[in-house]
Amino acid sequence: MKRQPHKTPISEQDPKVRIHNFDEVALGYTPEEAIQEAQRCITCPTKPCVSGCPVHIDIPTFIKYIKEGDFQGAIDTIKLYNNLPAVCGRVCPQENQCEAQCVVAKIPGFEPVAIGRLERFVADWEAERGEMKLPEIKEKKGKRVAVVGAGPSGLTAAADLAKLGYDVTIFEAFHKAGGVLIYGIPEFRLPKRIVEREVEYIKRLGVKIETNVVVGKTIPIDEILEEFDAIFIGVGAGAPKFIGIPGTNLNGVYSASEFLTRVNLMKAYKFPEYDTPVMIGKKVAVVGAGNTAMDAARTALRVGAEKVMIAYRRTEKEMPARLEEYHHAVEEGIEFHWLRQPVEYVGDEEGHVIGIKCAVMELGEPDADGRRRPKPTGEYDFIEADMVIEAIGQQAQRILLDEFPQLKRNKRGYIEADPETGATSVKGVFAGGDIVTGAATVIEAMGAGKKAAKAIDRYLSGEWNPWE
Amino acid sequence: MPHKILKKQKLAHLVHDFVVEAPRIAKHAKPGHFIVIRLHEKGERIPLTIADTYPEEGAFRMIVRAVGKTTYELCTMKEGDEILDVVGPLGRPSEIDRYGKVLLIGGGVGIATLHPIAKALKEAGNKITAILGGRSAEYVIMQEEFKKFGDIVITTDDGSLGMKGVVTDAMEYLVKEKGMDFDIAWAVGPTIMMKFAALKGKELGIPKMWVSLNPIMVDGTGMCGACRVTVGGEIKFACVDGPEFDGYQVEWDELIRRLKQYKEKEEEAFEKFLEKAGDVSWL
Repeated sequence: MKRQPHKTPISEQDPKVRIHNFDEVALGYTPEEAIQEAQRCITCPTKPCVSGCPVHIDIPTFIKYIKEGDFQGAIDTIKLYNNLPAVCGRVCPQENQCEAQCVVAKIPGFEPVAIGRLERFVADWEAERGEMKLPEIKEKKGKRVAVVGAGPSGLTAAADLAKLGYDVTIFEAFHKAGGVLIYGIPEFRLPKRIVEREVEYIKRLGVKIETNVVVGKTIPIDEILEEFDAIFIGVGAGAPKFIGIPGTNLNGVYSASEFLTRVNLMKAYKFPEYDTPVMIGKKVAVVGAGNTAMDAARTALRVGAEKVMIAYRRTEKEMPARLEEYHHAVEEGIEFHWLRQPVEYVGDEEGHVIGIKCAVMELGEPDADGRRRPKPTGEYDFIEADMVIEAIGQQAQRILLDEFPQLKRNKRGYIEADPETGATSVKGVFAGGDIVTGAATVIEAMGAGKKAAKAIDRYLSGEWNPWE
Repeated sequence: MPHKILKKQKLAHLVHDFVVEAPRIAKHAKPGHFIVIRLHEKGERIPLTIADTYPEEGAFRMIVRAVGKTTYELCTMKEGDEILDVVGPLGRPSEIDRYGKVLLIGGGVGIATLHPIAKALKEAGNKITAILGGRSAEYVIMQEEFKKFGDIVITTDDGSLGMKGVVTDAMEYLVKEKGMDFDIAWAVGPTIMMKFAALKGKELGIPKMWVSLNPIMVDGTGMCGACRVTVGGEIKFACVDGPEFDGYQVEWDELIRRLKQYKEKEEEAFEKFLEKAGDVSWL
């Protein structure tokens, strides 16, 4: 059989239709498509894909099971490494991770195996068949671990620790578990029922989740330190950053975090059935070109904006968003204004934003991360907009850190933790995910959660103690 | 876990006094802290203030004035009903110290927010004078509680109790006519009242005045920035940097404008609520 050079296409909702709904854009493989795609894997002996995966899923083995039509075997293999496969299959940047290493893509004209789509397929296949199979759970160890934050790193650490026999309680500040998967990533990219399903699975492993608990406030730090044998902190980098230019507090200027939280967590797109409102601009300008900016722009379109624009100070080439998300945005009619750096939000007499004064930029020398740095040309232009959403990045969630001064932080304000174990400056306290690295990916946070779970096990079983 | 309403009492038209089960909040709340509640699965998150705490009973007190959809809906709830989500205590606590002579200015349900602050200031050894203002006599809540802390001056818009006028008139009376001076003040009430109290405080030479801001919030934990206010030329998040700020530094007009951001949507939600709720004149 001749090997197909391209990935088996995944069916997607028509852009003209999907801009009016919140249903998932990508529809997923059928079993036949999955088997066909799995056959593109050559089962190479070097398996570079595995090292490209932050949680080191045994990718060739799970793909081999798919080839054989043994989907249960495939999902069981993935779950040895990953507690949230339906999530990762959808939101991982596979093009920079497993798929970037794929040997098939080394053949001229060939695309890598669609590992992400296959992962998603088997995870959904299992979920659709009813109750998810539980893995082996070790005998209770009689030790308690607190996990702060029910996002990707916390859920992963909790699940792994529960499997090892620890009593795990997750404390979540919001009324719902999932972290960024719930409040940040929109429904059309990651349906919330999938997150709920994965959270249910983690609860079935024996993890207790207490929502509406702000650690440091609802339960003081010293109480947590006293009650639990170890603590994992995964509170994320959910605090919004603003450029801080004049007009930031005009009505109609949002942080992406606020806009997305209103729509995703609070379901403002169903207002007035749901009580939380959100502003619906006619002309919406999103500032920034990362994944969050794409999410915000595409969400604005779906809640009813007539025109949505993205203003970015560099160009398409330096844009941090995943290519796939950018393509989706383009298909949906989002307009891109490259080389535009907002310098002021301009408002009307009532204090409502009417547009952005932008400095026109050009690209100069490459900066530390190799992307060419934008510099002002001295020219300005004006983008008309009655709603602006800033999506220029996040910073450390402050509440817990403010209440936990003993915890050593780095210069950027994130927790200082050993990258291999998550051990912090305080005995028995571990940290991982965005609160250590700054904003990164879901899977990287999960990888940190996994490493910390292993380290916590070694620490609690007395094998290792970095604080001695 | 849902939170049971243990007690509920009507204080005035549209003003209701609740005791709500929440052991951790009861145990850890300090004066100045606030909470965020969500009534049910489809509800919005709104910030409310804490009027008192009862650590032994595992409950806290809140006094709510019905102004929009969610507060009306809350006020229609009965003893034994449950509030789905209550999170807190949030924000930074008040800076309680022995200042000397303290002026407290409360308007409407803002008086309830002042209550734990007044109690703590009294315990810290301050001499307290409180101005309690309301539209009419029935809206001047917690008079008996405040009498325990020091002298009180009451103002009502219609003159049905105490001085006829607003809280700034009483400030002027105390400083100019009675010759009193104060080392520090707190003003809590409607935004417009706090704005004018701050202007008056500055004019009267009161060295510092704390105000407790109540901007629109979503999460209340520093994650969204909806509640941003400009204080001393800097952007602050009321939920994590406040809710108390130096009243002389707040950009009041911006705050008042930002509070109106969802006016139309709020009206739409409220009308829809009224259609379903029927007669709410009893509230």
